Amino acid sequence: MKRYSGWTLASPGTLLVVVFLIFPVLATIATTFMTPNGIFAPYISFFGSGFRRTVLWRTIQISFITTVIALAIGFLTAYVVSRAPGWLKSILIIAAVFPLLTGVVVRSFAWMIILGKNGILNSTLVSLGLIGEPMTMLYTQGAVIVAMVYLFVPLMILTLVGVLESIPDDLIQASASLGAKPSATFRQVIFPLAVPGLIVGAVLVFTGSFTAYATPQLLGGESQMVMGTLMYQQAMVIFDWVSASTIAAIMVVITIVVVLLMTRIARRLNPMAV
Amino acid sequence: MTSKIHPALIVFTVFVFIFLVGPLVIVIGSALSNTTYLTFPPQGLSLRWFENIFAISAFRRTIITSLQIAFISTFIALLIGIPAAYALNRYRIQLPGWLSTLFVLPVLVPELVLGFALLKNFAAEFSAPIFLSLIIGHTLLVLPYVVRVISASLASFDFSIEEAAISLGSPPLKTFFTILLPNVRSGVIAAFILCFITSINDVSISIFMTGPGISTLPIQILAHMEQFFDPTVASVSVLLMALTVGVMAIVERTLGLTFLAK
Repeated sequence: MKRYSGWTLASPGTLLVVVFLIFPVLATIATTFMTPNGIFAPYISFFGSGFRRTVLWRTIQISFITTVIALAIGFLTAYVVSRAPGWLKSILIIAAVFPLLTGVVVRSFAWMIILGKNGILNSTLVSLGLIGEPMTMLYTQGAVIVAMVYLFVPLMILTLVGVLESIPDDLIQASASLGAKPSATFRQVIFPLAVPGLIVGAVLVFTGSFTAYATPQLLGGESQMVMGTLMYQQAMVIFDWVSASTIAAIMVVITIVVVLLMTRIARRLNPMAV
Repeated sequence: MTSKIHPALIVFTVFVFIFLVGPLVIVIGSALSNTTYLTFPPQGLSLRWFENIFAISAFRRTIITSLQIAFISTFIALLIGIPAAYALNRYRIQLPGWLSTLFVLPVLVPELVLGFALLKNFAAEFSAPIFLSLIIGHTLLVLPYVVRVISASLASFDFSIEEAAISLGSPPLKTFFTILLPNVRSGVIAAFILCFITSINDVSISIFMTGPGISTLPIQILAHMEQFFDPTVASVSVLLMALTVGVMAIVERTLGLTFLAK
C-alpha cells in the first residue's frame, strides 16, 4: 500500500521527465546514427570539418579559462565573505545573489555597453590618453570570457561560502595554536577541505559555459562561434537538423563525462571521507 | 576568534564586488539617458526609453507571454514537484535510487539540447502549439529546483508528526494541507521564486520555440538588439531588475536573505 502511494505521488513528474525530456533527447541523438550515409557519418563530417573542430576547440578553451578564473576569484572572495561579520556578510551575499537572479541577456548586454567601440572602457582609455583610438573589444574571445566570468562568479561565490562556512572554526584555531602561519592554515587546512566545493563549482561553471548560447552570441557573434551558437545556427538558420542533433549529442556526452569524472575526483579527494 | 584576513585580500574582494555590481549600475544609468544611443554616464535624465518599451507592441506582448509562462510552468512544477519530493523522502527505502536521479536530469541535460529536442520531437513532429511547448519546456527547466528545495525542507521534517495525525483519524489530504505544507512553507516560497526567475530569464529553451506571433521577453530583447542598439533594451533590463528586487524583497520579508546562500 505504501509502496503504491509512493509511486503514485512521484508518477506525474516521472512521466513528464520521461516523455518530454528523456525520450526527445534520446530520439534526437538516435537520429544521428540513422542517416543514409552510414552509422557514424554525421560525426565523421563534424570532426572532418576544420571549421567545426575549431569551434569545438574554442568552446573547450573558453569554458576552461572561464572555469579557472571563476574558481580563483570565487574562492578568494568566498573566503573573505565567509569570515566577514554578520551584517556585512548579508550585504555581500545580497550583492552576489542579485546579479545571479538577473537574466543572462541583461548581464551580457551590460558588457556590450562596456566593451563596445564607443563603449565606456574605450572612451575612458582614450580620454586618459592610454590608447590613441578605440580598440575592438567586442566580438573577441576575451569579451566572451570576461562576460562568462561575470556570469559565473556569483554562482561560485555562493557555492563556496556555504562550503567554507561549514569548516569548523576549531580546526583553524587548532592549526593556529600549533604554530601554523595564516597562509599555511589557508593552504593546508582550509583549501583541502574546500576541494569538494571547488569541484562542484567547477562542474557548474564548465558545463554552463560549454553549453552557453546568449553570452557568446551577444559578445562573440559570428567570429567567435561556439558549440551553442553553432548548434542554433544549424538548427534554426540552415535547418540542417542532423548536424544540429550531432552537435547536441556531442554536448550531452561532454557534459556527462565532465560531471562523472569530476564527481569521481571529488570522492577521491574528499579528506572527510578518508 | 577568527584568523586575520590579509589586507590585500580585502582590497581584492572590494574590486570583485565592484566588478559584480558595476555593470548593472551602468545598465541603469544608460536606461535613464536622454540620448538616442547608449551612453554612460547618462546625458540628461529622461524616462522616455521606459515609455518606448510600452510603445512597441512586441514588448507589450512578450512581457505578458513571459509572465504567463512563468506563472503557469512554476505552478505546474510545484503541483507535480512537491508530491514527487515528498515521495522521494517519505518512501526513500521503497522507491528505487534512480528515481531521484531522474528528477535532476533536466539539470544535467544542456538547456539548448532540451529546447532543440522538444522542438524536433514534439513541437514540429506533432505540430503542437508553441505556447504549450514553451510551458512544457519551462516546467522541465524549473522542476529540479522544486524537487531539490522541497527535499531540503523535508529533510528536517519529522514524519512521525504526520503519522500521529493519520493515526488519530486525519484524512490524507487534510494531513497534507494542515501538517506537511505548513512545515515546508519556506521551501515552497523559495522554490516558487527560483522557478519564476529562472523561467522569466530563460533563453536557451525559448529560443527554439518562438515563431511568428509568439515570443518571450528575453528573445524579444535579443531580436530588438539585432536592429537597434538604443536605450530601450537598457530600460527593459531595468524593469527585469526591478522585478528581481521585488522578488528578493519578498524573500527577505518571509525568509531572510541569507536563505538564498544555502
